[in-house]
Amino acid sequence: MTNTIAEVKKPILSLKDLSIAYDKKYAVKNVSVEIKKNTVTAIMGPSGCGKSTLLRALNRMHELYENISTEGEAFLNGKNIYDMSPIKLRRHMGMVFQRPNPFPTMSIYDNVIAGYKLNGIRTKKKERDEIVERSLRDVALWDEVKDSLFKKGTFLSGGQQQRLCIARALAFSPEVILMDEPTSALDPVATSKVEDLLVKLKENYTIVLVTHNMSQAARISDYSLFMYLGELVEYGKTKNMFTNPIDPRTEEYLTGKFG
Amino acid sequence: MNSDKITKTVLFSVSILILMLAAGMLYSLVGGAIPAFKEFGLKFIFSGEWNPTEGEEKYGALPFIVGTLMTSFGALILCLPLSFSTSLFLGEYFRGTRVARILGLLVDLLAGIPSIVYGLWGFYVLRPALIEIGFGGRGFGIFTAALILAVMIIPYATSLSNEIISMVPNDLKEAAYSLGATRLEVITSVTIPNARSGIVAGYILAFGRALGETMAVTMLIGNTNQIPTSFFGTGNTMASVIANQFGEADGLKLSSLIAIGLLLFLITGIINAAGKLIIKKMN
Repeated sequence: MTNTIAEVKKPILSLKDLSIAYDKKYAVKNVSVEIKKNTVTAIMGPSGCGKSTLLRALNRMHELYENISTEGEAFLNGKNIYDMSPIKLRRHMGMVFQRPNPFPTMSIYDNVIAGYKLNGIRTKKKERDEIVERSLRDVALWDEVKDSLFKKGTFLSGGQQQRLCIARALAFSPEVILMDEPTSALDPVATSKVEDLLVKLKENYTIVLVTHNMSQAARISDYSLFMYLGELVEYGKTKNMFTNPIDPRTEEYLTGKFG
Repeated sequence: MNSDKITKTVLFSVSILILMLAAGMLYSLVGGAIPAFKEFGLKFIFSGEWNPTEGEEKYGALPFIVGTLMTSFGALILCLPLSFSTSLFLGEYFRGTRVARILGLLVDLLAGIPSIVYGLWGFYVLRPALIEIGFGGRGFGIFTAALILAVMIIPYATSLSNEIISMVPNDLKEAAYSLGATRLEVITSVTIPNARSGIVAGYILAFGRALGETMAVTMLIGNTNQIPTSFFGTGNTMASVIANQFGEADGLKLSSLIAIGLLLFLITGIINAAGKLIIKKMN
């Protein structure tokens, strides 16, 4: 029995009984949620609760590994993501990882446009320039790097690199951006920049954010999921969950009794 | 003196001893080569004449330098498609699987087979097979030697590239997958570019091995002392001419052979240093 809101208005993502197992051992059990468009939804929980595992099911990253199996269904705008090709799905679902991982052999410019290059999508130079500028402006990095677009991205600071990775994910104009603890490797200043950015980005995108940082979830998310031992314990408006959690486990976690 | 100091002194002296051995070897090589260089000057390196007739002795290293470069480059080119695909298979497609482990062991096993065994196999199996498929003459030559060399250097090229390829961070590959790349696109745009310098270093080191490989080459190359005119002709490498002729050599001829040895030593030294430098730069 979980305490979750049954449905939200205008869901962009709906998960139905999603379960994920590593070598037949379940890490995520029967999760059903609907995620609202143009929100930041945080997935919280102690280490090992399955939050990253759940996130990575949404762009079918698990299929890269033979020992991981997924059951249940997930829908993006009403379409079953398991009926789409993973290649196409991933263009609709940008992903940002824990550690900034710009491609070290590519320039800043090439990193942003990497999605197009990797997919062999031909674009005119002018169009590419526009995509790069728009994406870098979206992450507030344009002014900092516009004079060094053709230098390697690895010379940037950690925070700049992470914003570059967000720009890379934005270049395709995805509908959803999946973020797996995107600030866990950043210092506080860089963290707050990324957080401000996420709040701004939700105007045009839907963000699903895995975080182990409760105050981060409280600061920037509209909805929160709390997971524990692979189960979805509670899902609701962040405001409500932090002021008035329904499940005792959520309360214990939020008050720092475990995790 | 405490035990710590004794250990340190012992270890230090042993390392110095090894250094002195290497220096002593270089010293005697240089010493032995001096008469040849005195007689022929730098022309020794660029002359293609090898004439041991008494009274009109003339020696030049060029046929053997050319022979060495031809067999080694030939081996490198022949080994490239095989070892490159194998290292992609081991380091990317089947990384961590049992098949990859077994195949990796077999590839490493190739490195453990003594040169003379390769030579025997080349002489009694490969050479007749080449004659069978229409290879001219008696099957000896640069090409035959390059073929056996290619097999011999495959493990060196493969295991280093495989290691470097499997070291490409997983999160970079995942980043590419998350952008909708296919496996082949990830390999060509992320894995290979990131492993590039390591792969190059692997081939440089393999090339270094091919340069000095002696026994199998001597048995298959045909041992002629002219500048080789084609890949399918016979020749001699720097190593094989020494192996072939040192027994009956004295005087100027011996000095010329030692001079060739010195040149080979320098060339392989430079090639190996270059390969190691690239690897060091990568880490």
